[in-house]
Amino acid sequence: MKLLWLALLLIAAPASFVLPAAPAGAVQPDEMLKDPALEARARNISKDLRCVVCQNQSIDDSDAPLARDLRIVVREQLTLGKSDAATMDYIVARYGHFVLLKPPLEPATWVLWLGPFAVLGLGGAGLLAWRRRQRPADVAPLTAAEAAEIETLG
Amino acid sequence: MNRILFIAPIIAFMALVAIFGIGLTKDPKELPSQLIDRPLPAFALPAIEAGGGFANTAFTGEPALLNIFASWCAACPQEHPVLTRISAEGFAVYGIAWKDKPQDSRDWIARFGNPYKLIAADESGRTAIDLGVTGVPESFITDKHGRVRFKQIGPISPEVWEGTIKPLMLKLRAEA
Repeated sequence: MKLLWLALLLIAAPASFVLPAAPAGAVQPDEMLKDPALEARARNISKDLRCVVCQNQSIDDSDAPLARDLRIVVREQLTLGKSDAATMDYIVARYGHFVLLKPPLEPATWVLWLGPFAVLGLGGAGLLAWRRRQRPADVAPLTAAEAAEIETLG
Repeated sequence: MNRILFIAPIIAFMALVAIFGIGLTKDPKELPSQLIDRPLPAFALPAIEAGGGFANTAFTGEPALLNIFASWCAACPQEHPVLTRISAEGFAVYGIAWKDKPQDSRDWIARFGNPYKLIAADESGRTAIDLGVTGVPESFITDKHGRVRFKQIGPISPEVWEGTIKPLMLKLRAEA
């Protein structure tokens, strides 16, 4: 059983390392909204949107001109009174789910989200089955003669 | 049973290698267009010079190629002769100069020649965002009803024109 726990621990360990917070964004003062609450929402949304030119940066972090344009679009949508979700949808409608840095749970991403759990389940089941087979075969109970012999040893 | 237990991880590993191998051949810069089989978004852009310009409503009646370019774009001169050829072969080619000063676009056209039926300027880049443009050059093929049927990311090579886009445009021409 100790082995099984060790395996589980090894699998879980990487998840416990949290990446350090991202550096300050690329937002320029002239882009910022006057309303600090709205600006905070814009920053939050921008952190989850991929810069489609640089791919592995959020538009909040990227200095690319297109990232700047998209930051401005996000702020425009919020200023129009759109909700965070509606603003996200506005960008997704144009660039697809790829712009979301966190892929949503949908049929195309079921394998991505649920795959690791399936692998863990299969591996665990395999391990249990293997350990069960390692157990020595049932031994016949002692005969009366053997029991008596042990008694004499005592 | 033991043999299966021994072989299964190897097969699983090979399957992963195959999946990742296929994944590596794909260019992550090529985002699938959200516009396929949907009409062009509404836009009305000014021309790079007085008069002209065009709107999304121009894309009806015949299949057309909408090309996004810019004078500052490195790959555009490479694509330019192909556009000239497409135009010479009798297909409608429209151009949108993306995030480009109209004067720079005009100079660029004067230098390389004009394959376009009409050229509009998208200086703010807002129309390009509605189109889901991520860089230049990009091209959209529209059908007779102004619906986007294909998107080319990066320059159109003679091979892509001959092998993919031209057959598609001929097919769209024959469509009702």
